Amino acid sequence: MSVAKPLPHDSAPLQVTGQARYIDDMPLPANALHLAFGLSEVAHGELTGVDLSAVRAAPGVVAVLTAADLPFANDVSPSAHDEPLLAMGTVHYVGQPIFVVAAESHLAARKAARLAQVEIAEKPAILTIDQALAADSRFEDGPRIYEKGDAPSAIAAAPVVVEGRLELGGQEHFYLEGQAALALPQEGGDMVVHSSTQHPTEIQHKVAEALGVPMHAVRVEVRRMGGGFGGKESQGNALAVACAVIARQTGRPVKMRYDRDDDMVITGKRHDFRIDYRVGVDAVGRIQGIEFTQYTRCGWAQDLSLPVADRAMLHADNAYHLAHARIVSHRLKTNTQSATAYRGFGGPQGMVGVERVMDHVAQQLGLDPLAVRKANFYAPAEAGGLSAPHAPAARPPEDISQQKKTAEVQTTPYHMAVEDFILHELIARLEESSDFAERRAAVDAWNAANPILKKGIALTPVKFGISFTLTHLNQAGALVHVYQDGSIHMNHGGTEMGQGLFRKVAQVAAEVFGVAPEVVKITATDTGKVPNTSATAASSGSDLNGMAVKAACETIRARMAEFIAREYQAEAGAVRFAGGQVHVGGESLEFAEVVQRAYLARVSLSSTGFYRTPKVEWDRIAGRGRPFYYFAYGAAATEVVIDSLTGENRILRADILHDAGASLNPALDIGQIEGGYVQGAGWLTTEELVWDDRGRLRTHAPSTYKIPACSDRPEVFNVALWDGANREETIYRSKAVGEPPFMLGISAWSALADAVAACGPGYPDLQAPATAEEVLAAIGRARS
Amino acid sequence: MTQTQSIQLTVNGEPVNASVPVRMNLVDFLRQELGLTGSHVGCEHGVCGACTIEVDGAPIRGCLMLAVQANGATVTTVEGLADTDRADALKAAFRDRNALQCGFCTPGMLTSALSYVESGGPADRTAIREHISGNYCRCTGYQAIVDAICDVIGKEAKS
Repeated sequence: MSVAKPLPHDSAPLQVTGQARYIDDMPLPANALHLAFGLSEVAHGELTGVDLSAVRAAPGVVAVLTAADLPFANDVSPSAHDEPLLAMGTVHYVGQPIFVVAAESHLAARKAARLAQVEIAEKPAILTIDQALAADSRFEDGPRIYEKGDAPSAIAAAPVVVEGRLELGGQEHFYLEGQAALALPQEGGDMVVHSSTQHPTEIQHKVAEALGVPMHAVRVEVRRMGGGFGGKESQGNALAVACAVIARQTGRPVKMRYDRDDDMVITGKRHDFRIDYRVGVDAVGRIQGIEFTQYTRCGWAQDLSLPVADRAMLHADNAYHLAHARIVSHRLKTNTQSATAYRGFGGPQGMVGVERVMDHVAQQLGLDPLAVRKANFYAPAEAGGLSAPHAPAARPPEDISQQKKTAEVQTTPYHMAVEDFILHELIARLEESSDFAERRAAVDAWNAANPILKKGIALTPVKFGISFTLTHLNQAGALVHVYQDGSIHMNHGGTEMGQGLFRKVAQVAAEVFGVAPEVVKITATDTGKVPNTSATAASSGSDLNGMAVKAACETIRARMAEFIAREYQAEAGAVRFAGGQVHVGGESLEFAEVVQRAYLARVSLSSTGFYRTPKVEWDRIAGRGRPFYYFAYGAAATEVVIDSLTGENRILRADILHDAGASLNPALDIGQIEGGYVQGAGWLTTEELVWDDRGRLRTHAPSTYKIPACSDRPEVFNVALWDGANREETIYRSKAVGEPPFMLGISAWSALADAVAACGPGYPDLQAPATAEEVLAAIGRARS
Repeated sequence: MTQTQSIQLTVNGEPVNASVPVRMNLVDFLRQELGLTGSHVGCEHGVCGACTIEVDGAPIRGCLMLAVQANGATVTTVEGLADTDRADALKAAFRDRNALQCGFCTPGMLTSALSYVESGGPADRTAIREHISGNYCRCTGYQAIVDAICDVIGKEAKS
């Protein structure tokens, strides 16, 4: 067995010796050029004069381009063609590229870019949610509304109504490797682009448009990224296109990387949200009806904001059955960076909304927050589903939806049946392993005895939908070659950003051929090998590419089996591939020997593979359908302490139980869970983005924007995998694990709210991120 | 701006003579002039720790030191650590513990960790957390990194 083993990351030996190459580490030809953008310092206005003479005259400068100099498409948008590479007439945010400088060195380009004389006639800028609402500045013609039942009537009839508002900040990705691209001009006008991107096909597409060539003239290669987190789904387009255009124009290789400050000022971030809620509950906190209004700042261009905002709506229920729900979503257009994909893709924001509701209801009714959560959970999955013991091979695929009476199945606010709900058992297990009840009592006792330092504890669930909500993206391709010496070359459309996708998929290939993992060569993602790929996003990497590689391997294996069975007068179906050998007709042959014989017998040893996710169908306008193939689950219990005099706080302990199905690689999955939790907790605690009243991002470097350091993470950190298989037929019954654990971090924020509530009788109304400043303000509200 | 100065230093055990622009950072010098690209540039103002290298036995930020300041110094990068057995135990522990994901922070993280281990730091998680709190990792959540360092110290204590 190759799958399910905790094999280390495939690049680890290179990464610990400094040999792993990122874009900026690639050796450059001597005549390479380096780029820098000249940026708008105004949030909204008309360009009235752009004097670049000093830029052109600066030492080392070879070329300076504005929008007028671009030969073909001036567009780097992933969606609505509303995002010019270089500003045309109007500037829309502070940090928008106006021109690009090509120079002999990175530093020369950056220095020259500062010498421009740019005149802009300023216009009023729309920066805030309130300003956007007042101006009706939005994407789409009006709010999207998803609805089930009759929420207003249900709320009106409920014994208790709770309402409130949450302001929820955005988040900078802070991938350690900034955005980077390298373009190498080829003969006949072709272009090879190395890009730090999660979406090579889109880079290929945008570069081809910008060069006025078919996509076949552009090849994009990605070996690895130094972190992505969604920030390299569309935000790399600008660098790759700029490099390619100038490479074409000068005939020289061109590299561009953003300095960290430029990266943070130019690129989009997680969407910030305002969420208004109104909920009717009964005496035990069961939700009778609920209304959410989600407002999000999308920034100046559409980018991926519509599906992000959709996903926020799709996770407004999280783990709770909302019989009567109305979810309204406003996608507001503002003069700020174009907010973009970020791990969870809107899901975390939607989920925080309903978790806040749970805490607010508990506080108002004087109930235990965990009891309120449990009272609202979806009904458990039927026996034989996900919660069954881990035995993927023994159980055939099931579709128990056919066996159920429709009336019994609870549905989400978007009318999808929830049939795999395991949180009842999972949370019971976590409560036990984390001694939750005892520690809840200990926290209360501590708070009764200590006036200054207050503790808080919270246990929050995650139910996260897996699949791209744009249904056609749920496809993947692979290309596998078996060479005549028995070694295997594997390629697929997924990209490696540290998550271990390449290792997992290589384990799949090794499993199919029954060979050791090192027999399988992991190769860079390449649009010339696998075309028309989707972004490595939506946690889909292993699910989609694992299946595509499996299909390709099985095609080759079937050809080999058929050939060797004929040689031994055996049945092809009885040939087994295991332990580096092929077992046929009572004989055991080395895998490489069978390969050699198949080659000599002129058997094709190369194949593509393809996969498309079954069952998904979704109408995003009506808000109806099955957008997700399945749900991934998890829960976290976090304990914190706050200093009620300063608002300073620490995470003391976190216990996590997370569902990765039948894990393809438990070591890599645990790494995703630990990292996801810390990143999620960072979003809701220390990571604060601040724009001033002129639209300038004031937190544009790690000196002012605080991501978690090692000393910020929990002192006690217990992470375990739920032992259960995916009920759906995913790759070896595993579950996607990239995004879901991010939302386990919500428990840290909820625990802080719990600690603040211990400071006084009032409702603390904690906002997010809960920086020390915000915690102190909330303590004031609790005491007033 | 183009003023240069001659420097002599030892990099990964080899003598280096170079003429460098006086404003060039040490990490840029190592990456661009010597081709030692294992040290990464993350934030370029001394916060993220990705460019941490060893100068005269101490971990320093390669982006906060000028190349001319390294005149006469002994510099060791992650490539230099790979050539000796000094960090073998740490490298193995980072791999085995999955203490890296995207790997971009790893060379700097290893250098900081090595200084802790070589200075005789105890297998105390709080002390380790404090020591490496100047090296950002956005992927792992740090748990595996602390585990890896504890493993190495534990093994050394036994041997």
